[in-house]
Amino acid sequence: MDHILLLEAVERYLRGEMNDEEKRSFEDMRKSNPELDQMVVEHHFFLGEMDRYGEIKRFKANLYDTHHTLQENGEIKEVNSSSSGKIAYLWNRYRRIVAVAASIAGITALLISGLTVAFSPKAPIRDIEELRRKVTYLEKKTNSQSLQINDVRKKIEPGTPIKFGGTSFLVDSKGYLVTSAHVIQDATRIFVQNNDGQDFKASIIYTDLEKDLAILHIEDEDFKNPGSLPYSIGRSSTELAEPVFTLGYPKDEIVYGEGYLSAKTGMKGDTMAYQISISANPGNSGGPVLNKNGEVIGILNARQTTAEGVVFAIKSKNIHRVVDEMKKKDSSQHIKLSSNTNLKGMDRVQQVKKIEDCVYMVKVVLK
Amino acid sequence: MSISEKEKELLKGLANNDKEAIEAIYRDNYNLIQNLIINNNGSEDDARDVFQEALIVLYEKSKTESFELNCQIRTYVYSVCRRIWLKKLQYAKRFESQVEFLEDTVPVEEDLEVHDKLSHQYGIMRSAMGKIGEPCKSLLEAFYVHHKNMIEIASFFGYTNADNAKNQKYKCLMRLKKLFFAQYKNGN
Repeated sequence: MDHILLLEAVERYLRGEMNDEEKRSFEDMRKSNPELDQMVVEHHFFLGEMDRYGEIKRFKANLYDTHHTLQENGEIKEVNSSSSGKIAYLWNRYRRIVAVAASIAGITALLISGLTVAFSPKAPIRDIEELRRKVTYLEKKTNSQSLQINDVRKKIEPGTPIKFGGTSFLVDSKGYLVTSAHVIQDATRIFVQNNDGQDFKASIIYTDLEKDLAILHIEDEDFKNPGSLPYSIGRSSTELAEPVFTLGYPKDEIVYGEGYLSAKTGMKGDTMAYQISISANPGNSGGPVLNKNGEVIGILNARQTTAEGVVFAIKSKNIHRVVDEMKKKDSSQHIKLSSNTNLKGMDRVQQVKKIEDCVYMVKVVLK
Repeated sequence: MSISEKEKELLKGLANNDKEAIEAIYRDNYNLIQNLIINNNGSEDDARDVFQEALIVLYEKSKTESFELNCQIRTYVYSVCRRIWLKKLQYAKRFESQVEFLEDTVPVEEDLEVHDKLSHQYGIMRSAMGKIGEPCKSLLEAFYVHHKNMIEIASFFGYTNADNAKNQKYKCLMRLKKLFFAQYKNGN
């Protein structure tokens, strides 16, 4: 019985339930009796543990209730546990086999793709989407109505299967255009259409698949030399964050888009291209990318399909290189790339008004 | 980054084991965590366990004197759950496919170390409580956890008077302490 009373006294002391007098005499007892002192310390610790145990237990009970309530109210999303359970079960059971099968498949795939790369002609990277546009027969039909109205302008016989569309722009007022090489790949005949809807026959005079650039020449007596071009073809590199804009033909009329230079290299660090944040769609391929001074800094050629707003443009100095290479091989063409811009300081609307006449839609007739 | 007044209120509520606060935190965060766990080789039950453990970590943290949360509750809970789940995956060697975590996280390793220690002690107390058997367990819990007085306890458990109940409680307590300290000393 003594022990029980003693423990009760210790507990009352620890809980602060003693009055001052009791407390004083109890503390005197503690000082004179080391055994009691030890008991107080030990019990203090034990009660602390006990309190925490109680707290956590109550908290857990609360969590349990809350979970239950929310589940009944439908605020916790139901997961289709039977199927996921089954998948997990199958996964656990067959993961070794799956792993072996996957690695065999992986090795085979690598082997095949390796062989394909080795034995096939060099093609542009496939996990990016080239921005040439598929012109469907339907679109062709609506087009042919306007072509009938404007019979004099018509160069393409109705029914000609036009497959792909892209954009090109003049680099020399004598009728030389630059576009992306992938736009005119496999073409038998090429037409370019200006902003007024007028078609011109054009021929490919040079392609560089590696740089994804092609030079076209308008060979049509209706083509009138505009004299000089409003923009220049830039040689120097461009700074990050510089605002840029583009014109192109993702649909049957010219479309303006603006953005900024987001990286100085293209896909996987390709130093031949820039990364641009701009909205681009199939059909924008081959379009010029200009800075605010009216300098062409690049040619749009691809966008990343796995990310939003990531577009790549071949740097414009590659146009200079391609022209130089071409001159070495074929001295009959005398291209002089436009080197002056008269767009400086103009507002964007005026700039675009001048540039749009020099940007052409590319129509490709396949075999 | 300071946290909003609303979150401060919620944390205060949580520290007081307030049902409404717990429910609000539960509602705001549970589905996120459930997705996290289920997308990473876990089940619904795993999700519930991990989430509730994370709330206990936050509860313990919110009761300390120096308590301060430097991020949103959501970020904290997410970080703790992520840490706990990664640990469990590693333990179960289920860490095979790429684990995907998309949300921001804050470092929570220290908090989890504290929590592991506390939960170890909680485990000792729970197992000692389990071993003393009934009616000792209920009797002690009535007094020490639910803070009932001896007269209430005597009538509830059917003792003729409070002194007999006290006598029984003393015996039970001695057994519990013995079990607890035996394990506690072994464990440390």
